Amino acid sequence: MANTLYDKLWNQHLVDARQDGSALIYIDRQLIHEVTSPQAFEGLRLAGRKPWRLDSNIATPDHNVSTDPGERSGGYEALKDETSRIQLQTLDNNCDEFGIAEFLLNDRRQGIVHVVGPETGAVLPGMTVVCGDSHTSTHGALGVMAMGIGTSEVEHVLATQCLVTKKQKNMQVRVEGVLGFGVTAKDVVLAVIGEIGTAGGTGYAIEFAGSAIRDLSLEGRMTICNMAIEAGARVGMVAVDDKTIDYVRDRAFAPTGDNWDRAVEAWKQLHSDEGARFDRVVELDAAQIEPQVTWGTSPEMVASVGADVPSPQDFDQEVARKGVQRALEYMGLKAGTPIGEIPVDRVFIGSCTNSRIEDLRAAAEVVRGYRKADSVKQAMVVPGSGQVKHQAEAEGLHHIFIDAGFEWREPGCSMCLAMNADKLGEGEHCASTSNRNFEGRQGFGGRTHLVSPAMAAAAGVAGNFVDIRAWEKKS
Amino acid sequence: MKALKKHRGLVAPMDRANVDTDIIIPKQYLKSIKRTGFGVNLFDQLRYLDEGWPGKPLEDRQPNPEFALNQDRYIGASVLLARENFGCGSSREHAPWALEDFGFRVVIAPTFADIFYNNCFKNGVLPLELPAQLVEQLFQAMYEQPGYQLTVDLEEQQVLTDEGESFSFDIDAFRKHCLIEGLDDIGLTLQSADRIKEYEQQRRTEAPWLFDVISKGAI
Ligand code: SF4
Repeated sequence: MANTLYDKLWNQHLVDARQDGSALIYIDRQLIHEVTSPQAFEGLRLAGRKPWRLDSNIATPDHNVSTDPGERSGGYEALKDETSRIQLQTLDNNCDEFGIAEFLLNDRRQGIVHVVGPETGAVLPGMTVVCGDSHTSTHGALGVMAMGIGTSEVEHVLATQCLVTKKQKNMQVRVEGVLGFGVTAKDVVLAVIGEIGTAGGTGYAIEFAGSAIRDLSLEGRMTICNMAIEAGARVGMVAVDDKTIDYVRDRAFAPTGDNWDRAVEAWKQLHSDEGARFDRVVELDAAQIEPQVTWGTSPEMVASVGADVPSPQDFDQEVARKGVQRALEYMGLKAGTPIGEIPVDRVFIGSCTNSRIEDLRAAAEVVRGYRKADSVKQAMVVPGSGQVKHQAEAEGLHHIFIDAGFEWREPGCSMCLAMNADKLGEGEHCASTSNRNFEGRQGFGGRTHLVSPAMAAAAGVAGNFVDIRAWEKKS
Repeated sequence: MKALKKHRGLVAPMDRANVDTDIIIPKQYLKSIKRTGFGVNLFDQLRYLDEGWPGKPLEDRQPNPEFALNQDRYIGASVLLARENFGCGSSREHAPWALEDFGFRVVIAPTFADIFYNNCFKNGVLPLELPAQLVEQLFQAMYEQPGYQLTVDLEEQQVLTDEGESFSFDIDAFRKHCLIEGLDDIGLTLQSADRIKEYEQQRRTEAPWLFDVISKGAI
């Protein structure tokens, strides 16, 4: 029988199918961070339980860490916020007590869980991966079945190595053709969400396919899978190909020797079979996709950079009209305003969507030789991990940013969720490379516009959104 | 989760209707990273005369001598006798956490709020419904006899007094089973432990690279 990639991964990890339609799925890797794990560890302790398989877990702090270089270099003592410090120390203590491997606060391998997993080889093709964070879908880029889970499930996986879950339906999103100049993975996924809506993927596992997806680097594919959750799907995936295998090769935790050869053989099967049946197929023409900017408070409220902010009247349904009306009020935008005229107060280049080395290179290329606009209060560049930061510094990218008046920060989630000092002020517009533009996500009253790294960088220089395709690069 | 088959314990009163979850554990304590330690702040607003906040030293608190749980005769109580609609309000699981941490294993009331009722079972606390009239009778007996104890036999679904009276109660068969066995979701999954091990063993031979160790010592 012809199987989809998702079917294959599901079948390979099925431990037990239960009568009520749920299933026990074996989990190969759990990524742990400071915010959703303390009560799970506490639960284990109270019940006198031990983790089922210690070596399947790996932890690192990310959500709540300060990204301020001064604060970070002083270690825990220098952290100003006591609640944050306690939460970070709790993660360390729990990892010590239970014997779980952790990349500590100032370890070079510390960073956002979803950046750290693939770059260390802790996440490998064909795995099932969970983490107490909804953007776990990122790892699907490696041909992985990856799901975000809640705290009680974190505890459940720690204790049993299994997740109780139900099988999703299969959806294929095909993007065929060649992407235009200046159009990136971020624009593709925003266009997909604009097409199917934020609930379009609900109940489905999405496989992204087609020549435009195959042409993307692994990092680009991660950007796409990262936002599968924003399309409503808990799982997003891309089939394994030679690029996947090249990406994994020589990573710290990648298999070696005979195991490597055997693994590669197995990984080559990780694609949907010819004739596999999908419950829903969505097709997009790559050539039609333009650089995207969100104008509202949901990722589906997105338009091409050259478009105008829509009017509620442009929408058929009453519910949609009301939603758009409310969004425009929150965003402080008038219908009909050209996207390019929206002033930008802050720029955030970072998050598990766009903080890998290719993202920073793309942003640096735009910024090189320019200065941040005076009207822009702050432009932050927050590398996704210590390794990304180190690589960027080795290439001199940090100098380009600093010379342009951009801040060069320490790795962490930062203004993606604004749990600590990195946040927007009320009413401020932010060109952000993150994944959620919900009300208050980046700070109380903050107004987020989701864009690609190059578009965010250009907005920081221009002070408003500009079409990156017309950008004059300086060398 | 702690199993509960048969429990005998000292009874203490929470003699008012509609006790909500904010009374059981006030919101300022939810900032905690823990699931334990809520016991000292159980019924905080009623139990202390001063305002409480997380981390406030116990020596600085002024216990309210009027409040039942501060009275010698109720020290060590593990059965809480309560009134209608106990546990209404929010869905915070901190409420059963606080009761359990204080030492209560059974709460007897005429009715419970729905979410709280469910949350109790996840945390080894038995919420037990008896007719209002009977609850009233138990309140009287408890007030009259210092050191008043009750025995709850979950297997037989009976509440037994030391005088030899017995009252039966209803409970969902599946929940009863889980509580008697001390099974939470994790406990239930662990009933398939052999199946999980079998799977693991097979995968180790098929895909050994998935079991390459990430050990604390090696990173
Ligand atoms: S960067 Fe943002 S979306 Fe990603 S894990 Fe951190 S908080 Fe979540």
